Amino acid sequence: MDYSQFLYMKEEVSLIVVMAILFLYDLIASEKARKYFSVVACVLLGAHIIYNLIPTSTPGSAFGGMYYYTPMMTIIKSILTFGTLIVFMQADLWLKREDTKFKQGEFYFLILSTLLGMFFMIASGHFLMFFLGLEMASIPMSTLIAFDKYRHNSAEAGAKYILTAMFSSALLLFGLSFLYGACGTLYFEDIPALLTSGNYMQLAAFVFFIAGIGFKISIVPFHLWTADVYQGAPTPVTSYLSVISKGSAVFVLLTILMKVFAPMVTEWQNIIYGLIVITITIGNLFALRQKNMKRFLAFSSISQAGYILLGVIGGTAIGMASLVYYVLVYMVANLAIFGVISIIEQRTEKVSMDDYNGLYKTNPKLTFLTTLALFSLAGIPPFAGFFSKFFVFMAAFKSGFIVLVVIALLNTIISLYYYLLVVKAMYINKNDNPIEPIKTDCYTKISLTICLIGIIGLGITSIVYETITAFSYGM
Amino acid sequence: MGVELYLVISTIMLCAGIYGFLMRKNTLAMLISVELILNAADINFAVFNKFLFPNQLEGHFFTLFAIGIVAAETAIAIAIIINVYRNVQSLDVDKIDKMKH
Repeated sequence: MDYSQFLYMKEEVSLIVVMAILFLYDLIASEKARKYFSVVACVLLGAHIIYNLIPTSTPGSAFGGMYYYTPMMTIIKSILTFGTLIVFMQADLWLKREDTKFKQGEFYFLILSTLLGMFFMIASGHFLMFFLGLEMASIPMSTLIAFDKYRHNSAEAGAKYILTAMFSSALLLFGLSFLYGACGTLYFEDIPALLTSGNYMQLAAFVFFIAGIGFKISIVPFHLWTADVYQGAPTPVTSYLSVISKGSAVFVLLTILMKVFAPMVTEWQNIIYGLIVITITIGNLFALRQKNMKRFLAFSSISQAGYILLGVIGGTAIGMASLVYYVLVYMVANLAIFGVISIIEQRTEKVSMDDYNGLYKTNPKLTFLTTLALFSLAGIPPFAGFFSKFFVFMAAFKSGFIVLVVIALLNTIISLYYYLLVVKAMYINKNDNPIEPIKTDCYTKISLTICLIGIIGLGITSIVYETITAFSYGM
Repeated sequence: MGVELYLVISTIMLCAGIYGFLMRKNTLAMLISVELILNAADINFAVFNKFLFPNQLEGHFFTLFAIGIVAAETAIAIAIIINVYRNVQSLDVDKIDKMKH
């Protein structure tokens, strides 16, 4: 056996090392040492990011083509790990709570194992590897959602998630069996030569596949679990679910569409076209009537998924670059809002939008940060969100989807309305007993500062987008 | 016995599974319905491998992996359902409706 192929799996191997260390720490650390659990976890994950920041130069594959490596993978995995680090920092306050204190080791281990599953899913070169990665990402995720197991909402959300996850992965598996019947192989490299346009069996396989992966990204006909799960899950898990889990699924969708289903390009473009239109529209319309902050963000994230798919539909290298950039920008903005929601929920147990009335009077800093993040999500010019939206629109426009871009633009106006509704509630609406001034802990401060730098900096420094573009052509 | 006959069986299992998942009110019954779909997919893999591509083993291996993963998933699902039962004293999906709209 050639052991040098493990060099391609640098990210996965170092993540497994991090997981092993944390697991042992959880086992043997004394009561006093366990107080520093979050510090250890954050430092280890930070070291992991720095160790893997520079891509290995050559693309290659390991295990007979099961595992695939391109320099772009390193960028994507670094973005996902970076988001996980921020989630770790924001989760600290929740993990210090009396009923979760004794199981914080489990939280870190489960989150990292979902991350490992996503890494394998992104880097897969065979549908078996893809399926294993997908399941490895979704099974621990359901346990994370039901993490507050004595709280009714969390348990309910966990049940809803695992049942829909099983249903969707069953459909995905059925689709893969059709693909195997039509092609006789499941290697990404061999399938395109065997696909023909207009074969109904392959089309059925593709539709089942989209249904399975659409559940992960929460595209509209498969989105029904999203709002309930986002509301019921513990807030740090919700933020992880809304950015990291969604982002990884989008990356893998684009790579599979580009690599595997390339001969069926007209068919899948039509399907994705329809999905984008209903995803953006229905996500926006339902977001208008939400009163709970977490449910509101759930529908906002559904419509954002539609915008992310705009980068997918072209199936080009520019689309890939704009998509990665969009996910990065969306990640910092969303994590900022969830960080604020999380700390307010931990301190006061308030998540309703009415509770946020008059927040500016008592917590000007948190309000300001939330406002910037909402502006970024809505795509208002000086912030990163504007540029990321501009790039995905441009990618779709260049591929010739002009009507689609117009529909998406119109929807941006609707989304502006409900994002500004929250801003109005915080600044203008009167409230007799607003949320009292909240003392943020050190971790939350650091994570929110990173997000703030991201929201402002990612837009005005062009180097980030240029780096991503430079690597995306190696896809 | 041709490949079509097996495909008819697996398609019936798929449809029964989807119908059961959407219509049954008991969470365990829903779980069993999902198992039906998964087994239909497994049958498909094995049949395609045996009849269409007899000189390779990819489909059989996929089936084995799928069975293993699904066992893990079912175990977690049952654990979560038990946890829900402790919270609401019922397995009925109509009772798990605290969060809606």
